[in-house]
Amino acid sequence: MRRVVITGIGVVAPGGVGTKEFWSVLTSGRTATRGITLFDPAQFRSRIAAEADFDPAAQGFTPAEAARLDRATQFALVSAREALADSGLAAELDPLRTGVTLGSAVGCTTGLDAQYAQVSRNGADWVLDHTRAVRHLFDYFVPSSMAAEVARLAGAQGPVSLVSTGCTSGLDSVGHAVELIREGSADVMITGATEAPISPITVACFDAIKATSPRNDEPETASRPFDRTRNGFVLGEGSAVLVIEELEHARRRGAQVYAEISGFASRSNAYHMTGLRPDGVEMAEAITAALDEARLNPDAVDYINAHGSGTKQNDRHETAAFKRSLGQHAYEVPVSSIKSMIGHSLGAIGSLEVVASALAIAHNTVPPTANLHEADPACDLDYTPLVAREQQTDTVLTVGSGFGGFQSAMILTRPHLGAAA
Amino acid sequence: MSATSALDRPHEDGPGATRRPQAVVTGIGVAAPNGFGARAWWDAVLRGENGIGPLTCFDASGYPAQLAGEVPGFVPEDHVRSRLMAQTDRVTRLSLAVAKEALDDAGADPAELPEYAAGVVTSSSAGGFEFGQRELQALWSQGGQYVSAYQSFAWFYAVNTGQISILHGLRGASGVLVTEQAGGLDAVAQARRQLRKGSSLVVTGGVDSALCPWGWVAHVAEGRMSASEDPDRAFLPFSASACGYVPGEGGALLVLEDAEAARARGARVYGSVAGYAATFDPSPESGGCRLGAAAALALADAGVRPDQVDVVFADAAGEREADRAEARAISELFGERGVPVTAPKSMTGRLSAGGSSLDLAAALFSLRDQVIPPTIGTERPAEDCPLDLVIGTPRTGVELRTALVLARGRGGFNAAAVVRA
Amino acid sequence: MTRFELTDLTVLLRESAGENEGVDLDGDIQDVSFAGLGYDSLAMLQTTGRVEREWGVLLDDEAVFEAETPRQYLELVNRALSERTAA
Repeated sequence: MRRVVITGIGVVAPGGVGTKEFWSVLTSGRTATRGITLFDPAQFRSRIAAEADFDPAAQGFTPAEAARLDRATQFALVSAREALADSGLAAELDPLRTGVTLGSAVGCTTGLDAQYAQVSRNGADWVLDHTRAVRHLFDYFVPSSMAAEVARLAGAQGPVSLVSTGCTSGLDSVGHAVELIREGSADVMITGATEAPISPITVACFDAIKATSPRNDEPETASRPFDRTRNGFVLGEGSAVLVIEELEHARRRGAQVYAEISGFASRSNAYHMTGLRPDGVEMAEAITAALDEARLNPDAVDYINAHGSGTKQNDRHETAAFKRSLGQHAYEVPVSSIKSMIGHSLGAIGSLEVVASALAIAHNTVPPTANLHEADPACDLDYTPLVAREQQTDTVLTVGSGFGGFQSAMILTRPHLGAAA
Repeated sequence: MSATSALDRPHEDGPGATRRPQAVVTGIGVAAPNGFGARAWWDAVLRGENGIGPLTCFDASGYPAQLAGEVPGFVPEDHVRSRLMAQTDRVTRLSLAVAKEALDDAGADPAELPEYAAGVVTSSSAGGFEFGQRELQALWSQGGQYVSAYQSFAWFYAVNTGQISILHGLRGASGVLVTEQAGGLDAVAQARRQLRKGSSLVVTGGVDSALCPWGWVAHVAEGRMSASEDPDRAFLPFSASACGYVPGEGGALLVLEDAEAARARGARVYGSVAGYAATFDPSPESGGCRLGAAAALALADAGVRPDQVDVVFADAAGEREADRAEARAISELFGERGVPVTAPKSMTGRLSAGGSSLDLAAALFSLRDQVIPPTIGTERPAEDCPLDLVIGTPRTGVELRTALVLARGRGGFNAAAVVRA
Repeated sequence: MTRFELTDLTVLLRESAGENEGVDLDGDIQDVSFAGLGYDSLAMLQTTGRVEREWGVLLDDEAVFEAETPRQYLELVNRALSERTAA
C-alpha cells in the first residue's frame, strides 16, 4: 500500500501567523481568545472569539486582491505558501500528479455576510438590487473557489476539491487527500482547511443554540474543554495547509518528514444535526477503524489530540468514545484540546489539529489543555492541564466531531514507524 | 468489518483496470425542472420536454436574466415530516425526497446491512441558500436575536448528507464535496472509494437549489447567464448562437453498492461506475483545458478504449469558448464526430452539483433503454464544435453499453465518469 | 397582566418545530414531557427564542432546560412576565 507522509506545513492561527508562532502558542499554554474586534459584538450573547491578527497588506495581498478574496481564502493562500516553501517542493511539483483538498464548513461566510448587508440595504430588500453586488460574488456563493485559488497558487492540475463536512472538514480534507495519494490519483496533495467565520451571522446562529461561551468578562479563560465550569465553545478562525506526499516520492528527494499519516476513518452518528448521545459509539468506531488501518493496537497511542470543543455534551461524548475504543489505555495516555487556546474554527480546526499532532511527534511534546482547573467528574482522563508535557510521542490519535453527525479519526506516526507496507 | 479488509475482487473490464471491488448503481432518485421523480423526468427527457421557463419563485422582472429551470409541483409536506419543515431549506427537502426515491428504487433497507456499512456522500454548491438569505435578512433588518437556531446547520454544505444520514440511520463513512457542477461526479467517486474501503452501500450524488434573489444576484454578478427571454432559445449548448447558461435546481441521488453485496441481495443493477478521474485547469492565461485529460484518465481507470464508448453526455456550458474547448477535448479523444454526444441538460438548465449526477442518471437510463436522449434548442452544432450531437429527437438503433459523462465546475474543476451496463 | 397560555405555546411550537405524527397538541398535554411530544432541545431553543422576543421576557437557560412539561414551561414564562410587570 502506498504510504503518505507530511513534508510541509503552513499555518494562520489566532496568536500568530506561521507554524512557528502557532507551536509557540500551543506549547506556552497561552490563550488567544479575546473580545471580538472584527465587528461590534454588542448585540450578541457571546461576544468573544479567537481572532487571527492578520493584515492582508503585510501578507502581500494587493488592495484589489484583499477586496476580492474572502478572508478565509486569504488565510488559505498564506498557509499554502508557507507549506509549499517549507516542503522544498514548490518549484518541482508535477502539476499533473498534484492535487488539492481544502476543508471549510461555512465557506465564504464573512464575504457573504458583508455583501448581504450591502446588497440588501441592511435587510430592507428581499428582491435584491443586483447592481449593488460585487463582480466576484459567485466566488462566495460557491466556495470551491477557495480550493481553486490554492490550486492556482500551487500550480496543481490533478484532483482539486473543497471538503465541507462541518466541523470535521479539516480532518476529513486531509483524510481525503491521503486516500487520493493511496489510490494513485496523485503523488503530492496540498491539503488542509480554512475558516473565517467570525461574522455577525455566525455569532448569531451559535447564540441561538447557546453553543458558544457567554463568558464575555473573562475572554482569555472562556474556552475550558473538560473543565467542570465550561459553558460552550469559543468561536475561532484560521487555516492550516499541509503538503503531503507518497512516501517514496518524499524519500527520493530527501524531503524532511514531520510524520506519517497511517490511518483515517469516519463514521456518522445518524442521530441529530447538533446533538450527541453521551455514549460516543460512532466516534469509537471511527477510532478503531483508523487504528486498524494503521495496524496498531490501542495501547500504541501516545497522545490523543481531542476535539475538546468545550461544550457540555461534546467533552463527555468523546471521553466516552476514548474509553470505549482504547479501553484501559484511555486512562494512561495524555489527552488535550488545543481549542482551549485557539478556539474552535469550525471547518479549519481539524487541519490545525493535524498540524499540532504532527508537531507533537516532531518535537516529542504534548500541548496542554489551557484553563483546566477542575475537571468535570464525568471527564476523568488525563487532559494535560495547563502545562505542555515533554514525552516520547510516536503515535498520535486526533479526532473530530461535527454538526450533521460526522465523526472522524486519524492516526499519525513517527516516520520510521507506522503500517507495514 | 475492519477498514483494512479491502476486498480484492476481479474486475471484469480491460487490461488497464486493477483488481478492485466493483461499484454498481441499484437505485436512482430524481428531481428535475422537467420532471419530479425518475420516471416522470426520463419520460419528459425522451419527449424533449423543456423545463426552462420564467422564474416563478420570486419576482425576477428587474434582472437581466429571468429564466430558470424550476422543479415543478414539489409539495414538501408530501415528502418531509412536519418536525423537519422548520429546519430545512428547499434544497434539503428536495434531497430527502430524492434520497427516499433512490433507496426505495434500490429496494435497500439499511437496517438489514451490517452496522456502519452504509453512508452518504453528496455534493452541494451553495447549501441551503434561500434559508440563509432569510436568516441574513432577519439579522440585518431586525438583529441577531431574530436569527433562527436552525441557522447553525440548515444552510451549510453538509446539511443534505447530515439529514439523509439521520433520516435513514446511515452510520457509515459519509462526506460532502463542493466543486460546483463537477461535484455530482466527484461525490459518486468518493462513494466508490468508500465501497473500496469497506462500506457496502452509499447514497450519493448532488442536489442543488438556490433559486432565490440572493442566489440569483450571484449568477447575475458572474455575468455569464443567457439574457434571452425565450425559454426555447436561451440555453443552446454547442450552437453558434450559444449565449450563456440558464441556472436550474434539482439533481439526482444514486444508491451505489458493492457489486457482490448487490448481487447477494438480488438487487437490480443499472450499471457500474467503471471509471472516474478529476483534473483542474491551469490559469486561464495559460489556455490549458484539462477536461480531455480527465476523460482519458477516466477511460483508463475503466480499462476502456475510446472506441468502446457508445455515447458522451457533455458538460455543455452553453458558452462559445467553453463549448469549443469541450468539443475539442471530445474530438481529440474520439475523432471529429466520432461518438454520439448529447446534453439533456438543455431541457433543465445547469443544475450545479445536481447537473452532473443527473447526467449519470441519464446515462444509466440510456443504457437500460438503449436510447440516447436528445439535446433540444440547438439546431446544429457550430462549425468549430465538430460533434455528432443528438438533436431534437432521441436516437435508437445504436448498441449502448458504455457511456462517458463529463462535468466542469466553475473555476476550473473537471470530472469524468464512465458507466457501463 | 397578559398571561402566556397553552394555546400560545402550541402555536409557537408548531411554527418553530412542527409537530410529531400521532401527537394532538390541542389535547390534554399540560403534563406530557416535551420529549414525549417529540420536541428535542433544539426545538425548545428555537421556541424559547420566539417566546423571548415576542413576549419581551428573558428566560434563564437552566430554568428552561428544567421545564420538562408545558405546565412547567407556562409557569416559567408567566413568572417572568409578572416579574417584568412588577419591575
